[in-house]
Amino acid sequence: MSLARVVALHLRKDMRLEWRSKDSVNSMLFFALLVVVVFAFAFDPLAEESRRIAGGIGWVALLFATVVALNQSWTRELRNGVLDALRLAPAPPNALFLGKVLANFIFVAAIEVLITPVFVVFYNLRIVGSAPQLVVVAALGTWALVVNGTFFSALSIRTRNRELMLPLVLFPISLPALLAMVVATSNILTGESSPGDWIKLLAVYDVVFTTVSLLLFEAVLSAE
Amino acid sequence: MTEPGIHSVTGPPSSQSRHSQSQAGEAQPAVVLQGVSKLFGRFAALHDLTATLTRGRLYVLLGENGAGKTTLLRIIAGLASATRGAVQVLGSTELRANGARIGYMGHATLLYDELSARENLQYFCGLYFGRSTTNIDQLLDAVGLGKVDPKRRIGQYSQGMRQRLALARALLSSPDLLLLDEPFSNVDARSIAAMALLLGQVRDRGATVIAITHQAEALAAVADEWITLHAGTIVERRTAKDAAPGDGRAHL
Repeated sequence: MSLARVVALHLRKDMRLEWRSKDSVNSMLFFALLVVVVFAFAFDPLAEESRRIAGGIGWVALLFATVVALNQSWTRELRNGVLDALRLAPAPPNALFLGKVLANFIFVAAIEVLITPVFVVFYNLRIVGSAPQLVVVAALGTWALVVNGTFFSALSIRTRNRELMLPLVLFPISLPALLAMVVATSNILTGESSPGDWIKLLAVYDVVFTTVSLLLFEAVLSAE
Repeated sequence: MTEPGIHSVTGPPSSQSRHSQSQAGEAQPAVVLQGVSKLFGRFAALHDLTATLTRGRLYVLLGENGAGKTTLLRIIAGLASATRGAVQVLGSTELRANGARIGYMGHATLLYDELSARENLQYFCGLYFGRSTTNIDQLLDAVGLGKVDPKRRIGQYSQGMRQRLALARALLSSPDLLLLDEPFSNVDARSIAAMALLLGQVRDRGATVIAITHQAEALAAVADEWITLHAGTIVERRTAKDAAPGDGRAHL
């Protein structure tokens, strides 16, 4: 049984479940919109200022929204004890992990697409020329948040306060990635310096944490 | 009747299972438990439990709440590990490797409420076989769900219908060992009879069935042996030959 086929199977299932329940996307969208709008009213920044802080606000909003979605993603598997059936199935455990990461990536990316116009309007941004670079940072940054989040969400699945545990574990470990995302985004928006090094850091972060998560996921899944 | 901590199966198999046993191999045990204990903190859910369960037989696990039945079933399935002792299932001590050969039906349905019965089974079929074209129609018919609207999500099913679908999911891989935890809870009497008949057929095909139930009479016609647990240890094993009709109820 090929890994890609099983990953696609899990991904299809997660997309279908989300399409029917809209648990993650609705809560993410609402949360991200709330943060973006509240910050816009709280700061009322000038055009120059807003270009400097927009990266930070955008990524913090998405980080919190992602946590909301990630908390939902394994809850589905716990609801009717489906995780037991997944543990017994002969399919590779990493396929389950990758399927979930891809599904979460698509959900967060969809929110990013929906929220970007709001963000641009509220913070007086001009992103047309810098869009390709922003897309690269967004893709790498989203992957960093989602791969770590999916892993630590699985790790905290059996803890009593798992909704509190996830941000407690995820935020500190995501700090290097968050820093790279914020600085790279700000550099792109202000045009003051090149975001190249930060993008490279993000790429390395993604490779390292994806590898570590894949190596450790089977142990996490088998834990009682 | 035999003493606690029994090694071998007592008495001959029922006439129903003799044929299948000879096919499956007489001496090959499905499950061997050697001094198995399971501790949750200081509480011993299982205590020094030793037993051998032969292939091709239908066992009914009895006992009051907290006797350790579910814990034992989860250990055999490989979903929990024993704190002490050795467990061999289908000839292997590497329980994870047995996944495809074990059908497990737990307290919960192990199914997604947002999907239809067919979508659920197709998904698990894909996980077991890498394709979704096995005996789904036959299975749905066998558990009496063949005529249900195929688009209906199982979140809209009654509890009894979900239980029957959970049994279909457990049977999906034509398992050599079928583990069932309270398969008849919330199921109507007619469906219970049909499910019991189906379990008998699974056993006759050569599979080993271990079912936990508080409705032992439902399996009286097909069971080969009743095993009673108390406080984490086996206190009684009784074969179909030993037990008078309906006698199993006295040991619930």
